Amino acid sequence: MKKLLKIFLIFFKIGSFTFGGGYAMLPIIKRELVDNLNWITEKDIYNYYAIGQSTPGIIAVNTATMTGYSLKGIKGALAATTGFIMPSLIIITLIASFFKRFQQIDLFQHAFAAIQIAVVALIIDIVIKMWQKSDKTRASLLIFLIAFLLLVIFKISPVFVILGSAAAGIIIQYLRGNLETAYYDYQNKDQGSDK
Amino acid sequence: MVYLRLFLEFFKVGLFALGGGLAALPFLQDLITKYSWMTSKELLNMIAISESTPGAIGINTATFIGFNTGGIPGGIIATAGLAAPSIIIITIIAHYFKKFNQHPLVESAFSGIRPAVAGLIASAAFELAQGGILNLQYLQLNKKLINFFDYKSLLLLLIVFTAVRKFKKHPIIYITVSALIGIIFKF
Repeated sequence: MKKLLKIFLIFFKIGSFTFGGGYAMLPIIKRELVDNLNWITEKDIYNYYAIGQSTPGIIAVNTATMTGYSLKGIKGALAATTGFIMPSLIIITLIASFFKRFQQIDLFQHAFAAIQIAVVALIIDIVIKMWQKSDKTRASLLIFLIAFLLLVIFKISPVFVILGSAAAGIIIQYLRGNLETAYYDYQNKDQGSDK
Repeated sequence: MVYLRLFLEFFKVGLFALGGGLAALPFLQDLITKYSWMTSKELLNMIAISESTPGAIGINTATFIGFNTGGIPGGIIATAGLAAPSIIIITIIAHYFKKFNQHPLVESAFSGIRPAVAGLIASAAFELAQGGILNLQYLQLNKKLINFFDYKSLLLLLIVFTAVRKFKKHPIIYITVSALIGIIFKF
């Protein structure tokens, strides 16, 4: 119960400071759940974000649900998602109630224009850290560059990028001969846990 | 029964809008014309606000339309409808992911996915920078490189980036300080 409340509060905080798409929540998730609480690893976040990107629905909500589930099952998923959504509900309801008298929209837009720039800085920092913590192989660098170029120049849907990179990952591990040894270990571990 | 309709229509948007909040826009456009919930101009105003307030854009827009159509319960129901497909689908996927994430095929697939996610995140930063820092349209208009950068924004980017690398404070601090700078210097 205590953990559920904590999940709710953390995602309430994340929802209150996520401006823009799902990527904007990553720096805050990382700080709260990886650096401060050690509940998940950095690798987990990027796995969950990849799943959130390639399934139907709002990416930020998908990522929140996925992270919440990994922390405490279905209850955790619900706590994280309601926590994330709650600030939107409160803030937008307040704004919509006063909308007709609401003259200060440009104030929000000035703030948002600068926030976007801060988010760019935070994301560049995240990408650098991802690289520092990755396996730093030539294959990883190649996948990174190809994904970036496909998305920026050819505007390919992220879903295809993720599916393609999944296939690339399997092929690379197979060519390195890692797949067979991993299979062997996996099956042995399975039998071990059955006994 | 306006509540039921709000829930079902937003459930549909949540189910079929693959991608970020803006991917939901064409669906919303359809919706408001179909039921004449609001005018296109109102929708555009609302999106501007949804973008510049905290929270996912899609969720903010759903709350807005729901509230305008059915008051506070309408806002809650539309938002719940939008989030419901995510919760259902992701819970199922998360269940199997937990079960199979040690599987060699899944592990090696994700070893390829992670650098691609870095590419995805970098491309999001690039798109944001394109809107806020680089003036592509200026370059096309007068072909002068000097107008290519919005220097005020570029300066802020450099300052925030240096601060992020140096002080390692909570991201919320950078976001809040930048919001104030944006208001004071009229970004």
